[in-house]
Amino acid sequence: MAFPSNGFRAGVITFPGSNCDRDMATAIEAVTGKPAVRIWHGDADLPDGLDLLALPGGFSYGDYLRSGAMAAKSPIMRAVVAAAERGVPVLGVCNGFQVLTESGLLPGALMRNAGQTFVCRTVGLKVENTQSPFTHGFTTGETIRIPVAHHDGNYFADDAVLDKLEGEGRVAFRYSEPVNGSRRDIAGILSANGRVLGMMPHPERAIDAAAHPSMGGADGRRVFENVIEALASA
Amino acid sequence: MKVRILVRLKPGVLDPQGRAVHHALEGLGFEGVDDVRIGRMIEMDVADDTTDEVIKTMCEKLLANMVIEDYAIEKLERETA
Repeated sequence: MAFPSNGFRAGVITFPGSNCDRDMATAIEAVTGKPAVRIWHGDADLPDGLDLLALPGGFSYGDYLRSGAMAAKSPIMRAVVAAAERGVPVLGVCNGFQVLTESGLLPGALMRNAGQTFVCRTVGLKVENTQSPFTHGFTTGETIRIPVAHHDGNYFADDAVLDKLEGEGRVAFRYSEPVNGSRRDIAGILSANGRVLGMMPHPERAIDAAAHPSMGGADGRRVFENVIEALASA
Repeated sequence: MKVRILVRLKPGVLDPQGRAVHHALEGLGFEGVDDVRIGRMIEMDVADDTTDEVIKTMCEKLLANMVIEDYAIEKLERETA
């Protein structure tokens, strides 16, 4: 795998109640060979020169008010929004996806699962977009398998927004089986410039097929590899 | 000044929680319940000179998610000691 010439530096943000931040940092280190920079939600500024910002899963602020709502207003999110506007790739997984919608970086909202139950299993995802930094190494229509673990993953947006997302090729992944009632089976979406990805499934839990044969295999690893290669060839 | 904010899911947005409670009511033998929807009530004690505009901004920036929710503002009489 080709790395950017100056190495690859990723930052993982921890909010109070994040619980997949260590998994995310471990996955990033496993793929890049370099430890991720750990960033606290109360920091006002991001370290310079980050190649990727990751917002992890968990229950930030205990899901008070709405999942991700409080974290979206934390000091570091102003810096994240500014970085995203400069084109720094941002990956939000699970609660991180909820934070991205609450912060306005991605459209729509993540509501309580239609079945009311917490869903925790490995699911099939159909890759819809292969143009973004996160997805360019996949084949359009390919099915990958990545674990989900969430209670509020039911993606909602009105038809006009959904049509716009589809028309602009911004649906990254779609569930290939019923999971949570998401509109149009949406599992992950991209920002207009393709550099912000929010997804409910956990790619950081599927980076080593040997370590977790009963889990999602290694398809999640490819999401991180895609970003590294996109930056190397940029 | 006490202000009560009622945050509700927009009409047409599926409310799985409301549906589950609806089923539970039927399970308890209550008849004639056509629909149940669950919202959130937020009470705030704010300075008397807080304008409606500021309260609306609070609702739209944080208290409600305008993608899926509507809000209503109700001002309550200041409680006398």
